[in-house]
Amino acid sequence: MTSLDILFGAVGLITAASAVLAVTTQQLVHAALWLVVALGTLAGCYLILGAELVALVQLLVYVGAVVVLVLFALMLTRAPMGRSPEHSSSAVQRIAAAVIAAGTTSLLAAVLLPALGGEVLSARTGDTKAIATQLFGAWVWPFELLSVLLLMALIAALAVSRMPTTSPTSPVPAETEST
Amino acid sequence: MIHLWLPLALVCVLAGAGAYGVIARRNAVLVLIGVELILNSANLLFVTMGSVRGDALRTGQVLTLFLITIAAAEIGVALAVILALFRKRGHIDLSEPGA
Repeated sequence: MTSLDILFGAVGLITAASAVLAVTTQQLVHAALWLVVALGTLAGCYLILGAELVALVQLLVYVGAVVVLVLFALMLTRAPMGRSPEHSSSAVQRIAAAVIAAGTTSLLAAVLLPALGGEVLSARTGDTKAIATQLFGAWVWPFELLSVLLLMALIAALAVSRMPTTSPTSPVPAETEST
Repeated sequence: MIHLWLPLALVCVLAGAGAYGVIARRNAVLVLIGVELILNSANLLFVTMGSVRGDALRTGQVLTLFLITIAAAEIGVALAVILALFRKRGHIDLSEPGA
């Protein structure tokens, strides 16, 4: 066990625990907040693995933008504060989900760990310049395509949210026009 | 020096937790949280493999950046769909039949 091993083990344990809590907690807002912890500590994992640029982008995009979007969606859909047992699924569904999740985990572990688990990686740091050179060199067309994808997603989100809906169940009629 | 089984075990746990979230949750936003966890486990696998099998193109980290961008676009559109669903149905409970 090296010191980086211990560091990664500690941060990864926090990541795994908060990810499990994010999908099992009964409080809706807490799920989003545990997602913040999981994604933030995952950025720490990237940092330990020697990917500084990815860690910073993870912090900016995921913790900064995606989780805020999720929190806004929870607020806009009137998520109840506090425990909400009426939102929890049935025991059968949860047991089936736990079985499938355990199957996924063990299947991935059975493939990945025997094939690659014995190797040791020496993390390279200070690789950002090479990544930037490759990103705007070899990968520049996929990169430009991604900007088009983001623009399309923006327009699509705008179009979907402005779509006229006949709302039989909406409690406040003015709400359909406000967004 | 990191033994490779540690990040790989974290990949497996994140994917399993995400799968549990997608299947067990009834609130549509919480299903999206599960999807995000699965995408992040794929990201961690990209970064790990990019570190251990480093190539000249830095494929692992560049593809991780691309995947983070695609996930941001995905969640934007998905949340717009969820809000439209909420305005139409008044709730976003996925276990109830659609109107």
